[in-house]
Amino acid sequence: DPQTTAFLLRKQWTLYSVTPLYRFSNARLRDYARLLSACIAAEKQKGLAGGGGGDLAIHLPDLKGSDQDQAAILVQLSSRSPASQKNSEEKLIWSGWFCCVFGDDLSENVPEDFTCLPLFLANGAETYTSIVGSWFQKTFDCCFRRLAISPLNLSWMAAMWTGCKVDKTVSAIELVFSVPCLPHPLDISYAIHPEDAKALWDTIQKTPGEITQEEVDVFMDCLYSHFHRHFKIHLSATKLVKVSTAIASAHCDGIIKFLQSQYLTGVLMLLTELAISQIQ
Amino acid sequence: HLATSLPLPSERDHLRPRIDLIAFIIDIKNRYSLKNVEASLAHVDASFFLGKVCFLVTGVGRVNYCSVEMNAIWKLGKVYCSPVLLCELELEGIRVATAQRLLRMLQICAGHVPGVSALSFSSLMRNSADD
Repeated sequence: DPQTTAFLLRKQWTLYSVTPLYRFSNARLRDYARLLSACIAAEKQKGLAGGGGGDLAIHLPDLKGSDQDQAAILVQLSSRSPASQKNSEEKLIWSGWFCCVFGDDLSENVPEDFTCLPLFLANGAETYTSIVGSWFQKTFDCCFRRLAISPLNLSWMAAMWTGCKVDKTVSAIELVFSVPCLPHPLDISYAIHPEDAKALWDTIQKTPGEITQEEVDVFMDCLYSHFHRHFKIHLSATKLVKVSTAIASAHCDGIIKFLQSQYLTGVLMLLTELAISQIQ
Repeated sequence: HLATSLPLPSERDHLRPRIDLIAFIIDIKNRYSLKNVEASLAHVDASFFLGKVCFLVTGVGRVNYCSVEMNAIWKLGKVYCSPVLLCELELEGIRVATAQRLLRMLQICAGHVPGVSALSFSSLMRNSADD
Protein backbone atom coordinates (compact mmCIF):
# COMPACT_ATOMS: atom_id res chain seq x y z
CA ASP A 1 0.00 0.00 0.00
CA PRO A 2 1.91 3.08 -1.29
CA GLN A 3 0.04 5.62 0.83
CA THR A 4 0.82 3.85 4.09
CA THR A 5 4.47 3.36 3.20
CA ALA A 6 4.83 6.99 2.17
CA PHE A 7 3.42 7.92 5.56
CA LEU A 8 5.96 5.72 7.37
CA LEU A 9 9.05 6.92 5.51
CA ARG A 10 11.35 9.77 6.49
CA LYS A 11 9.78 10.27 9.93
CA GLN A 12 11.57 9.78 13.22
CA TRP A 13 9.95 6.88 15.12
CA THR A 14 10.68 6.13 18.77
CA LEU A 15 10.76 2.39 19.43
CA TYR A 16 9.19 0.38 22.24
CA SER A 17 8.85 -3.31 22.95
CA VAL A 18 5.35 -4.41 23.98
CA THR A 19 4.43 -7.61 25.77
CA PRO A 20 1.45 -9.56 24.32
CA LEU A 21 -1.97 -7.86 24.62
CA TYR A 22 -4.64 -9.70 26.59
CA ARG A 23 -8.09 -10.01 24.97
CA PHE A 24 -7.48 -7.52 22.20
CA SER A 25 -9.99 -7.77 19.35
CA ASN A 26 -9.67 -6.33 15.83
CA ALA A 27 -13.47 -6.14 15.68
CA ARG A 28 -13.65 -3.60 18.51
CA LEU A 29 -11.35 -0.94 17.04
CA ARG A 30 -14.08 1.72 17.03
CA ASP A 31 -14.83 1.11 20.70
CA TYR A 32 -11.16 1.37 21.57
CA ALA A 33 -10.86 4.62 19.59
CA ARG A 34 -13.80 6.07 21.50
CA LEU A 35 -12.43 5.05 24.89
CA LEU A 36 -8.95 6.31 24.09
CA SER A 37 -10.35 9.66 22.84
CA ALA A 38 -12.24 10.04 26.09
CA CYS A 39 -9.07 9.28 28.02
CA ILE A 40 -7.11 11.93 26.11
CA ALA A 41 -9.92 14.48 26.55
CA ALA A 42 -9.83 13.80 30.28
CA GLU A 43 -6.08 14.36 30.36
CA LYS A 44 -6.59 17.63 28.49
CA GLN A 45 -9.03 18.77 31.19
CA LYS A 46 -6.35 18.11 33.74
CA GLY A 47 -4.06 20.30 31.65
CA LEU A 48 -1.69 17.47 30.84
CA ALA A 49 -2.07 17.59 27.08
CA GLY A 50 -2.20 20.76 25.07
CA GLY A 51 -3.56 21.59 21.66
CA GLY A 52 -7.06 21.87 20.24
CA GLY A 53 -9.74 19.20 20.02
CA GLY A 54 -8.55 15.74 19.11
CA ASP A 55 -9.89 13.09 16.80
CA LEU A 56 -8.60 9.63 17.36
CA ALA A 57 -8.67 6.95 14.69
CA ILE A 58 -7.45 3.39 14.84
CA HIS A 59 -7.05 1.37 11.67
CA LEU A 60 -5.27 -1.58 10.20
CA PRO A 61 -2.68 -0.76 7.57
CA ASP A 62 -1.63 -3.65 5.39
CA LEU A 63 1.65 -4.44 7.09
CA LYS A 64 2.82 -7.85 8.19
CA GLY A 65 5.45 -10.45 7.46
CA SER A 66 4.09 -13.97 7.51
CA ASP A 67 0.47 -15.09 7.65
CA GLN A 68 0.91 -15.95 11.31
CA ASP A 69 1.67 -12.33 12.13
CA GLN A 70 -1.03 -10.14 13.60
CA ALA A 71 -2.16 -7.29 11.36
CA ALA A 72 -0.55 -4.00 12.30
CA ILE A 73 -2.56 -1.39 14.21
CA LEU A 74 -2.24 2.32 13.57
CA VAL A 75 -3.40 4.92 16.08
CA GLN A 76 -3.60 8.51 14.86
CA LEU A 77 -4.43 11.63 16.79
CA SER A 78 -5.49 14.67 14.72
CA SER A 79 -6.49 18.09 15.89
CA ARG A 80 -9.01 20.38 14.35
CA SER A 81 -8.45 24.12 14.32
CA PRO A 82 -10.24 25.95 17.18
CA ALA A 83 -12.77 27.57 14.81
CA SER A 84 -14.19 24.11 14.41
CA GLN A 85 -15.95 23.99 11.05
CA LYS A 86 -17.14 20.80 9.39
CA ASN A 87 -14.60 21.10 6.58
CA SER A 88 -11.77 22.71 8.53
CA GLU A 89 -8.27 21.32 8.17
CA GLU A 90 -7.28 18.40 10.30
CA LYS A 91 -3.68 18.23 11.33
CA LEU A 92 -2.07 14.99 12.38
CA ILE A 93 -0.42 15.60 15.74
CA TRP A 94 0.57 12.13 16.89
CA SER A 95 0.87 8.67 15.38
CA GLY A 96 1.67 5.34 16.92
CA TRP A 97 1.57 1.86 15.46
CA PHE A 98 1.89 -1.68 16.70
CA CYS A 99 3.27 -4.31 14.41
CA CYS A 100 4.74 -7.75 14.20
CA VAL A 101 6.84 -8.82 11.22
CA PHE A 102 7.89 -12.50 11.25
CA GLY A 103 7.40 -12.73 14.99
CA ASP A 104 6.74 -16.47 14.99
CA ASP A 105 9.20 -16.98 17.85
CA LEU A 106 6.86 -15.11 20.16
CA SER A 107 3.40 -15.86 18.74
CA GLU A 108 3.99 -19.61 18.72
CA ASN A 109 4.63 -19.71 22.46
CA VAL A 110 1.76 -17.61 23.71
CA PRO A 111 -1.67 -18.77 24.98
CA GLU A 112 -4.93 -18.25 23.03
CA ASP A 113 -6.22 -14.97 24.45
CA PHE A 114 -3.07 -13.03 23.70
CA THR A 115 -2.32 -10.88 20.64
CA CYS A 116 1.35 -10.53 19.73
CA LEU A 117 2.39 -7.11 18.53
CA PRO A 118 5.82 -6.73 20.08
CA LEU A 119 6.97 -3.61 18.23
CA PHE A 120 5.50 -0.16 18.88
CA LEU A 121 6.62 2.97 17.01
CA ALA A 122 5.61 6.50 18.03
CA ASN A 123 5.95 9.87 16.32
CA GLY A 124 4.84 13.05 18.06
CA ALA A 125 4.83 14.58 21.51
CA GLU A 126 6.00 12.38 24.38
CA THR A 127 2.96 13.36 26.46
CA TYR A 128 0.60 11.68 23.97
CA THR A 129 2.84 8.61 23.78
CA SER A 130 2.64 8.18 27.53
CA ILE A 131 -1.15 8.70 27.64
CA VAL A 132 -1.77 6.19 24.83
CA GLY A 133 0.80 3.78 26.30
CA SER A 134 -0.75 3.94 29.77
CA TRP A 135 -4.22 3.32 28.33
CA PHE A 136 -3.05 0.23 26.42
CA GLN A 137 -1.16 -1.02 29.47
CA LYS A 138 -4.21 -0.65 31.70
CA THR A 139 -6.70 -2.03 29.17
CA PHE A 140 -4.75 -5.01 27.85
CA ASP A 141 -2.41 -5.76 30.77
CA CYS A 142 0.71 -5.32 28.68
CA CYS A 143 4.02 -3.58 29.33
CA PHE A 144 5.79 -0.96 27.19
CA ARG A 145 9.54 -0.50 27.40
CA ARG A 146 11.84 1.74 25.39
CA LEU A 147 13.74 -0.45 22.95
CA ALA A 148 17.47 0.13 23.30
CA ILE A 149 19.78 -0.95 20.47
CA SER A 150 23.21 -2.15 21.54
CA PRO A 151 26.41 -1.30 19.60
CA LEU A 152 26.56 -4.97 18.58
CA ASN A 153 23.12 -4.75 16.96
CA LEU A 154 23.93 -1.41 15.35
CA SER A 155 27.00 -3.04 13.74
CA TRP A 156 24.73 -5.70 12.25
CA MET A 157 22.50 -2.98 10.83
CA ALA A 158 25.50 -1.17 9.37
CA ALA A 159 26.76 -4.34 7.63
CA MET A 160 23.31 -5.50 6.51
CA TRP A 161 22.16 -2.18 5.13
CA THR A 162 25.49 -1.49 3.41
CA GLY A 163 24.97 -4.68 1.43
CA CYS A 164 21.54 -3.67 0.15
CA LYS A 165 21.26 -2.63 -3.47
CA VAL A 166 19.94 0.89 -3.85
CA ASP A 167 19.08 2.59 -7.16
CA LYS A 168 20.66 5.93 -6.48
CA THR A 169 23.41 5.80 -3.90
CA VAL A 170 23.13 9.38 -2.79
CA SER A 171 23.83 9.33 0.92
CA ALA A 172 27.04 8.27 2.63
CA ILE A 173 27.17 5.58 5.28
CA GLU A 174 27.55 7.46 8.55
CA LEU A 175 28.58 5.98 11.87
CA VAL A 176 28.53 8.06 15.04
CA PHE A 177 30.60 7.05 18.07
CA SER A 178 30.43 8.38 21.60
CA VAL A 179 33.74 8.54 23.45
CA PRO A 180 33.47 7.39 27.09
CA CYS A 181 35.34 8.56 30.16
CA LEU A 182 35.83 12.17 29.10
CA PRO A 183 34.88 15.25 31.18
CA HIS A 184 32.99 16.73 28.19
CA PRO A 185 30.98 14.42 25.92
CA LEU A 186 32.63 13.89 22.55
CA ASP A 187 31.05 12.36 19.45
CA ILE A 188 33.01 11.17 16.45
CA SER A 189 31.24 10.98 13.10
CA TYR A 190 32.71 8.67 10.45
CA ALA A 191 31.30 9.04 6.94
CA ILE A 192 32.08 6.45 4.26
CA HIS A 193 31.31 6.62 0.57
CA PRO A 194 28.49 4.10 0.01
CA GLU A 195 30.11 2.47 -3.02
CA ASP A 196 33.39 1.94 -1.14
CA ALA A 197 31.53 0.47 1.81
CA LYS A 198 29.51 -1.84 -0.43
CA ALA A 199 32.67 -2.95 -2.27
CA LEU A 200 34.26 -3.79 1.09
CA TRP A 201 31.18 -5.71 2.25
CA ASP A 202 30.96 -7.62 -1.02
CA THR A 203 34.50 -8.96 -0.53
CA ILE A 204 33.59 -10.12 2.98
CA GLN A 205 30.15 -11.67 2.57
CA LYS A 206 30.48 -15.28 1.44
CA THR A 207 26.88 -16.35 0.90
CA PRO A 208 24.46 -13.79 -0.56
CA GLY A 209 21.40 -13.49 1.65
CA GLU A 210 23.27 -14.83 4.69
CA ILE A 211 25.25 -12.85 7.21
CA THR A 212 27.40 -14.25 10.04
CA GLN A 213 28.74 -12.52 13.16
CA GLU A 214 32.30 -13.12 11.90
CA GLU A 215 31.56 -11.25 8.67
CA VAL A 216 30.09 -8.30 10.58
CA ASP A 217 33.18 -8.27 12.86
CA VAL A 218 35.59 -8.29 9.91
CA PHE A 219 33.63 -5.48 8.21
CA MET A 220 33.68 -3.27 11.31
CA ASP A 221 37.34 -4.08 12.07
CA CYS A 222 38.30 -3.00 8.53
CA LEU A 223 36.51 0.31 9.01
CA TYR A 224 38.11 0.78 12.44
CA SER A 225 41.65 0.04 11.24
CA HIS A 226 41.21 2.37 8.25
CA PHE A 227 40.20 5.13 10.64
CA HIS A 228 43.09 4.31 12.98
CA ARG A 229 45.60 4.48 10.14
CA HIS A 230 44.51 8.05 9.38
CA PHE A 231 43.68 9.46 12.80
CA LYS A 232 45.45 7.18 15.32
CA ILE A 233 42.16 6.77 17.20
CA HIS A 234 40.82 3.33 18.16
CA LEU A 235 37.11 3.54 17.35
CA SER A 236 36.76 0.03 18.74
CA ALA A 237 37.28 1.49 22.22
CA THR A 238 34.30 3.84 21.81
CA LYS A 239 30.57 3.18 21.78
CA LEU A 240 28.74 3.03 18.44
CA VAL A 241 25.59 5.09 18.96
CA LYS A 242 24.14 5.79 15.52
CA VAL A 243 24.14 4.22 12.06
CA SER A 244 22.81 6.04 8.97
CA THR A 245 22.58 4.49 5.53
CA ALA A 246 20.40 4.98 2.46
CA ILE A 247 18.06 2.24 3.77
CA ALA A 248 17.41 3.58 7.27
CA SER A 249 19.05 5.30 10.20
CA ALA A 250 19.04 3.92 13.74
CA HIS A 251 20.09 5.38 17.10
CA CYS A 252 21.02 3.37 20.20
CA ASP A 253 18.30 5.09 22.27
CA GLY A 254 15.74 3.27 20.12
CA ILE A 255 14.99 5.76 17.35
CA ILE A 256 14.57 4.74 13.73
CA LYS A 257 13.96 6.44 10.41
CA PHE A 258 12.90 4.40 7.38
CA LEU A 259 14.24 5.77 4.10
CA GLN A 260 13.51 3.13 1.46
CA SER A 261 10.08 1.59 0.96
CA GLN A 262 11.46 -1.56 -0.68
CA TYR A 263 13.40 -2.49 2.49
CA LEU A 264 10.74 -1.43 5.00
CA THR A 265 9.65 -5.00 5.78
CA GLY A 266 13.27 -6.12 6.17
CA VAL A 267 14.06 -3.43 8.73
CA LEU A 268 10.78 -4.10 10.58
CA MET A 269 11.68 -7.78 10.73
CA LEU A 270 14.97 -6.93 12.42
CA LEU A 271 13.30 -4.52 14.85
CA THR A 272 10.62 -7.10 15.67
CA GLU A 273 13.41 -9.54 16.53
CA LEU A 274 15.08 -6.99 18.83
CA ALA A 275 11.75 -6.23 20.51
CA ILE A 276 11.05 -9.91 21.09
CA SER A 277 14.48 -10.51 22.63
CA GLN A 278 13.97 -7.51 24.93
CA ILE A 279 10.64 -8.97 26.08
CA GLN A 280 11.97 -12.46 26.74
CA HIS B 1 51.68 -6.37 38.36
CA LEU B 2 49.42 -4.46 35.94
CA ALA B 3 50.08 -4.00 32.21
CA THR B 4 47.99 -2.61 29.33
CA SER B 5 49.36 -5.10 26.83
CA LEU B 6 51.99 -7.77 26.28
CA PRO B 7 54.86 -8.29 25.83
CA LEU B 8 56.20 -6.66 29.01
CA PRO B 9 59.16 -4.33 28.42
CA SER B 10 62.35 -6.37 28.37
CA GLU B 11 64.46 -3.78 30.24
CA ARG B 12 63.03 -4.84 33.59
CA ASP B 13 63.18 -8.61 32.98
CA HIS B 14 65.91 -9.23 35.54
CA LEU B 15 64.03 -7.31 38.25
CA ARG B 16 60.73 -9.09 37.73
CA PRO B 17 59.67 -11.94 40.03
CA ARG B 18 58.35 -15.24 38.62
CA ILE B 19 54.86 -14.90 37.11
CA ASP B 20 52.45 -17.55 38.36
CA LEU B 21 49.10 -16.36 36.99
CA ILE B 22 48.03 -14.12 34.09
CA ALA B 23 44.52 -12.65 34.20
CA PHE B 24 43.35 -11.03 30.96
CA ILE B 25 40.60 -8.44 31.45
CA ILE B 26 38.03 -7.96 28.68
CA ASP B 27 35.42 -5.21 28.89
CA ILE B 28 32.33 -6.26 26.99
CA LYS B 29 31.52 -2.60 26.29
CA ASN B 30 34.87 -2.10 24.59
CA ARG B 31 35.75 -4.07 21.45
CA TYR B 32 39.31 -2.78 21.55
CA SER B 33 39.91 -4.60 24.85
CA LEU B 34 39.11 -7.92 23.16
CA LYS B 35 41.43 -7.14 20.23
CA ASN B 36 44.17 -6.10 22.64
CA VAL B 37 43.86 -9.32 24.64
CA GLU B 38 43.91 -11.43 21.44
CA ALA B 39 47.10 -9.69 20.31
CA SER B 40 48.73 -10.05 23.74
CA LEU B 41 47.93 -13.78 23.93
CA ALA B 42 50.37 -14.37 21.09
CA HIS B 43 53.21 -13.26 23.38
CA VAL B 44 52.45 -15.75 26.15
CA ASP B 45 54.58 -18.87 26.44
CA ALA B 46 52.59 -22.08 25.86
CA SER B 47 53.39 -23.44 29.33
CA PHE B 48 51.19 -20.77 30.91
CA PHE B 49 48.09 -22.28 29.32
CA LEU B 50 48.34 -25.29 31.64
CA GLY B 51 46.21 -23.58 34.23
CA LYS B 52 48.06 -20.30 34.74
CA VAL B 53 45.86 -18.10 32.55
CA CYS B 54 42.31 -16.90 33.08
CA PHE B 55 39.97 -14.40 31.41
CA LEU B 56 38.03 -11.84 33.45
CA VAL B 57 35.01 -10.42 31.64
CA THR B 58 33.47 -7.22 32.97
CA GLY B 59 30.50 -5.11 31.93
CA VAL B 60 28.14 -8.02 31.29
CA GLY B 61 25.33 -6.39 33.27
CA ARG B 62 24.79 -3.57 30.79
CA VAL B 63 23.23 -5.38 27.81
CA ASN B 64 22.52 -2.14 25.97
CA TYR B 65 26.19 -1.20 25.86
CA CYS B 66 27.37 -4.54 24.53
CA SER B 67 30.01 -4.19 21.79
CA VAL B 68 31.47 -7.66 22.07
CA GLU B 69 29.59 -10.91 21.51
CA MET B 70 29.92 -13.37 24.41
CA ASN B 71 30.36 -16.28 21.98
CA ALA B 72 33.68 -14.82 20.85
CA ILE B 73 34.88 -14.84 24.48
CA TRP B 74 33.66 -18.37 25.22
CA LYS B 75 35.50 -19.49 22.09
CA LEU B 76 38.66 -17.77 23.32
CA GLY B 77 38.42 -19.62 26.63
CA LYS B 78 37.96 -22.91 24.79
CA VAL B 79 40.81 -22.36 22.32
CA TYR B 80 43.25 -21.39 25.08
CA CYS B 81 41.94 -23.99 27.60
CA SER B 82 41.51 -21.32 30.24
CA PRO B 83 38.54 -20.40 32.45
CA VAL B 84 36.35 -17.39 31.71
CA LEU B 85 35.18 -15.58 34.85
CA LEU B 86 32.30 -13.13 34.60
CA CYS B 87 32.64 -10.29 37.06
CA GLU B 88 31.05 -6.86 37.20
CA LEU B 89 34.22 -5.04 38.22
CA GLU B 90 32.35 -1.75 38.49
CA LEU B 91 30.53 -3.01 41.59
CA GLU B 92 32.65 -2.97 44.73
CA GLY B 93 31.25 -6.16 46.23
CA ILE B 94 31.98 -8.17 43.12
CA ARG B 95 35.40 -6.53 42.80
CA VAL B 96 36.33 -7.73 46.28
CA ALA B 97 34.95 -11.24 45.69
CA THR B 98 36.82 -11.50 42.36
CA ALA B 99 40.06 -10.37 44.01
CA GLN B 100 39.67 -13.04 46.68
CA ARG B 101 39.01 -15.63 44.00
CA LEU B 102 42.08 -14.59 42.01
CA LEU B 103 44.20 -14.70 45.14
CA ARG B 104 43.11 -18.27 45.83
CA MET B 105 43.88 -19.25 42.21
CA LEU B 106 47.27 -17.56 42.52
CA GLN B 107 48.08 -19.56 45.64
CA ILE B 108 47.38 -22.76 43.74
CA CYS B 109 49.35 -21.66 40.67
CA ALA B 110 52.34 -20.68 42.84
CA GLY B 111 52.31 -24.15 44.38
CA HIS B 112 51.37 -22.99 47.90
CA VAL B 113 48.42 -25.35 48.22
CA PRO B 114 49.67 -28.92 48.80
CA GLY B 115 47.99 -31.58 46.69
CA VAL B 116 46.47 -29.20 44.12
CA SER B 117 48.40 -28.23 41.00
CA ALA B 118 47.47 -25.45 38.57
CA LEU B 119 46.67 -28.02 35.90
CA SER B 120 44.37 -30.14 38.06
CA PHE B 121 42.57 -27.03 39.31
CA SER B 122 41.96 -25.68 35.81
CA SER B 123 40.58 -29.00 34.56
CA LEU B 124 38.29 -28.98 37.61
CA MET B 125 37.01 -25.50 36.64
CA ARG B 126 36.55 -26.49 33.04
CA ASN B 127 34.41 -29.52 33.84
CA SER B 128 32.08 -27.51 36.05
CA ALA B 129 31.74 -24.80 33.38
CA ASP B 130 30.71 -27.33 30.74
CA ASP B 131 27.98 -28.64 33.01
